[in-house]
Amino acid sequence: MTAPNHRWRNFKNALMQVITFACAILVVVPLFLVLYHLVKEGFSSINLAFFTQLPKPVGEIGGGMANAIVGTFILLAQAAVFGVPVGVLGGVFLSEYGSSRLNRWIRFAADVLNGVPSITWGMVVYALVVVPMKGFSALAGGIVLGMMMIPLVMRTTEEVLQLVPGGYREAALALGIAKWRAIVQIVVRTALKGIVTGVLLALARVAGETAPLLFTAFGNHFWTHKLTDPISAMPLQIFAYAISPYDDWHRQAWAGALVLIMFVLVINISVRLLTRDRFRRNA
Amino acid sequence: MPDTTPEKKSGNAPALTIRNLSVFFGGNHALKNVSIDIAARAVTAIIGPSGCGKSTFLRALNRMHELNPEARVEGKIRLFGDDIYSRDVEPVIVRRRIGMVFQKSNPFPTMSVAENVTVGLRLNGIGSRKLLAERAEQSLRMAALWDEVKDRLNAPATSLSVGQQQRLCIARALAVQPEVLLMDEPASALDPLATSKIEDLILELKKDYTIVIVTHNMQQAARMSDFTAFFYLGELIEFDTTAKIFTSPAKKRTEDYVTGRFG
Repeated sequence: MTAPNHRWRNFKNALMQVITFACAILVVVPLFLVLYHLVKEGFSSINLAFFTQLPKPVGEIGGGMANAIVGTFILLAQAAVFGVPVGVLGGVFLSEYGSSRLNRWIRFAADVLNGVPSITWGMVVYALVVVPMKGFSALAGGIVLGMMMIPLVMRTTEEVLQLVPGGYREAALALGIAKWRAIVQIVVRTALKGIVTGVLLALARVAGETAPLLFTAFGNHFWTHKLTDPISAMPLQIFAYAISPYDDWHRQAWAGALVLIMFVLVINISVRLLTRDRFRRNA
Repeated sequence: MPDTTPEKKSGNAPALTIRNLSVFFGGNHALKNVSIDIAARAVTAIIGPSGCGKSTFLRALNRMHELNPEARVEGKIRLFGDDIYSRDVEPVIVRRRIGMVFQKSNPFPTMSVAENVTVGLRLNGIGSRKLLAERAEQSLRMAALWDEVKDRLNAPATSLSVGQQQRLCIARALAVQPEVLLMDEPASALDPLATSKIEDLILELKKDYTIVIVTHNMQQAARMSDFTAFFYLGELIEFDTTAKIFTSPAKKRTEDYVTGRFG
């Protein structure tokens, strides 16, 4: 049974295993490096003031990123309002109504859009919204993040809807239920957890976008009271602080980055927990 | 020419009159020129080897082929005199009069038992709680499921056993009060005990409903049906009372199939 060169073959097997394992570890290592650095540099700067106070004027120590944190939430809320209905309904069209020919083009367009550099999105919305409005605004920031979400939400919605077994559609139609009702109240409802997952992941992705906000939301040292005024956001504030020459601002930038990544991690982990429940029930 | 108008029970007009029905999938002529009368308040079994067009025939009866963009249906089908493919008839209306139960039970997973039964009513605009509750109990009783689920009407439908889920699907179809019930191999995925429950159920239901059942199980067809239609390669070969088809069929191919020489 044992061929003469079995030692060499075993070695090749083991070598392959070690190499692939090393590469897999290499993928995960940056995550831990990033987290380690963020915690090391930023954790000490996180205090109540960070979350509740506005940035102090240049030169003064202290202050916080309260307006940036709130600003990020306001921008994400708008992005959801603009991006979720269009993205989800677009996904419904792809899955339930579109012809295969049309769908191929729409999917292609969505995939291209997903690859467009975020700074380009910012420039487009600058030309379309900021220039006519003659000023930077929270609205423009919400619009650009919403537009970035649309192709993402559309593709994940389509994929999740395709996972719903065709038997449910047939059963619903065989009961004499109108097609749109069957789609909304049975198919979409069955896929709802997956759609919510897709939306949350898309939100987590756009939460960290900085470049598009440079030309749209622009940033603000103070509270924003109108959607037509410029607004601060965490990525913007982090960027502004990080390239400044002040140590105190550098420390706050680390803290901001740490808070931001915690926010994104919390969303990702919650999404994992949600989907895990679903698998267990189906099994 | 097979006798397409066998002696009907109680002399009722046929529930479905089908003339020159053909179904095409792209270039494939799947069902060839079928003409048949389905008797009212009786069980008609559709038998034949795999791929002979049984399910295709069944799905033509409630316009389910319209879900498939490549399918084309020709011919005339009348339900108690009404042309179901007529231009001014909506498929939705046809499907409320002709219900369907599928091979694999498919209760909606996001809904409870009671919600599943009444879904056909609720999603068609009927909201009266009293009516829905009454219809739910009535349908579950007709499906011989009431005693087993009456204490857990709000449990998820997926918590029932497979046999119970199939009876739930039957109750769901009955709640809409159709005139005809189409069943596509309803018991083929069930164990013998669950199967016999479904068969008993069908024998009860035929007092009030016209039932067309596709089955690959010949013994089942012989046990349960009043009339049997034998299909082969997309054509209706023979249609007669069940007794005649299984004891002295007119066509040799029918005889070969029912005696198990092929299929």
